[in-house]
Amino acid sequence: MGGIRKIAARGGLYTVVTIFAFFGAFPFYWMVIATFKTDHDLFSPLNNPFLFNEPATLDHLKLLLFETHFLTYLWNTFLVGAAVVVITLAMAVPAAYSLARWAGSWGEALGIGIFLTYLVPPTILFIPLSRFASQMGLQESLWSLILIYPTFTIPFCTWLLMGFFKTVPKDIEEQAMVDGLSRLGAMVRVVLPLSISGLLTIVVFAFTLTMHEFIYALTFISVSVKKTVSIGVPTELVRGDVFQWGPLMAGALIASIPVAVVYTFFLDRFIAGFTMGAIK
Amino acid sequence: MATAEERPVQAGIRDRAELLAKLMIVPAIAYIVAMIGFPFLMAIFYSVSDATTGDPTLRIIGFQNYAAILSDPVFRLALKNTFFFAFVSQALVIVFSRILAASLMQEFRGKWLARFLVMLPWTAPIALGTIGWLWILDSIFSPIDWILRNAGLLGTPGALLGPETNMYWLGRSGLAMASVIFVHVWRLLPLATVIQLAGLSSIPRDLLESAEIDGAAGWRRAVEITIPLTLPIIGIAFLFGLIFTFTDMAVVYVLTRGGPVHSTQVLSTWTFFKGIQGGDLAQGAAISLFLFPVLAGVATLMLRLARRTEVV
Repeated sequence: MGGIRKIAARGGLYTVVTIFAFFGAFPFYWMVIATFKTDHDLFSPLNNPFLFNEPATLDHLKLLLFETHFLTYLWNTFLVGAAVVVITLAMAVPAAYSLARWAGSWGEALGIGIFLTYLVPPTILFIPLSRFASQMGLQESLWSLILIYPTFTIPFCTWLLMGFFKTVPKDIEEQAMVDGLSRLGAMVRVVLPLSISGLLTIVVFAFTLTMHEFIYALTFISVSVKKTVSIGVPTELVRGDVFQWGPLMAGALIASIPVAVVYTFFLDRFIAGFTMGAIK
Repeated sequence: MATAEERPVQAGIRDRAELLAKLMIVPAIAYIVAMIGFPFLMAIFYSVSDATTGDPTLRIIGFQNYAAILSDPVFRLALKNTFFFAFVSQALVIVFSRILAASLMQEFRGKWLARFLVMLPWTAPIALGTIGWLWILDSIFSPIDWILRNAGLLGTPGALLGPETNMYWLGRSGLAMASVIFVHVWRLLPLATVIQLAGLSSIPRDLLESAEIDGAAGWRRAVEITIPLTLPIIGIAFLFGLIFTFTDMAVVYVLTRGGPVHSTQVLSTWTFFKGIQGGDLAQGAAISLFLFPVLAGVATLMLRLARRTEVV
């Protein structure tokens, strides 16, 4: 009896997990199918959409890579991401360290205050910010995104890093100072190397958030060659009213999977930060 | 040990902790004030002005914009939809994430792959994932329609779902609303699952074991022990989901642009269409600010819950 019950429980477990995995991954599976199907196969309502009724093709990929601005979108996304990472590190690392180490009782409160600004949504900020961008002549420029994306990376990364810095024992720093390093020297040469996993998390997080961002990019950029992936693919691979589903799906797939793989490795840390240390 | 005496000599800026602490936090604070605080105030000013993209000068006209948007039936529909989509989708997310988290607590072969696939909707860029759904829900080539047709449920006279060959998922208001909710559930399920997983793994093992010895069956254990214990964390998952659905624009924008006939319009998309595309900065700002008190309330609740879990 026990054996049967165990097998049933196991079967139930696999069934549940399979259903959810299918649910989560189905759109991406569907992108794979569309990427390699010929147009004729794709657009015949009578064909079984789950099968390749005609031989697979690379035409959509070729069109995407060589006849659209897709590679430019990827490059733009990379540029913006890299710049945002640098700005975020430059601002969040000192701020987080200061909050974690030297601040007295106001450190925690200020930290929470900074985190809460992360919850002010782009939908409130994008109207005034679009005015800023146009007054500074930054409309249709990647600089507008580089300037504005830290509004969501800095608050969150500061908060996250603060947690990391708190886990570095104070003794190590004090020992370094006894050994002749200055306060600042102890931070740069001792604490930062020990927090390398925290810093890496920030880099990945700032980059992936930048890649995910949609609202600001849609608001500030309308020139095709200046677009990032997350708006270029949904808005540019449509000619007139005609969706070019093959290249469109290929583009969505290629841009999604690498970032998803990297993100997955760091997911637990992000969520721990998100929930404000409520979970560890 | 000599450093203690040397300190006063070389106590330059690098050693003055108090001053350093302040200097190091200033850039971040200055940035936040300039790029979040100031724009936020500007949004409030815009909302009581008559600014447009063509004439962006600020002339304060009072609460006319709020009066105007309140009497606009589209706004009222968007307000209703925003709450409806958020609450319905998050109620579903909490139930499903709970089931999924309980499964992922166990060890099984291929768990890393299952985890990767399950997390995809959250880890991939939302606009791109939604584009996948746009193709799945296509008015002609939807694979769901194909299955329904082949199962005889659609496309023949007298079929259960009607004689037309397609469901037009995004073309009929009821189905479009269901589709938007569905994609929100899809998108936020991973987030809630990870949060619930953390909640479940924080329950002391001996508590579960003693319950097992007492013979408490699986569901009873859930109702009497794990759910009450993880309630604050379930609450956090729910509130976070609410914030993300309240403020998300990508799903509705990519799937329906608020259509058909505004039936899936939400505050975020309506802000965009009015304030950015329509150029009415003032009304756009007023629409966007409507959510702020709600968001502030949700954030406060969340802080309270986070404090409570720390005690547990």
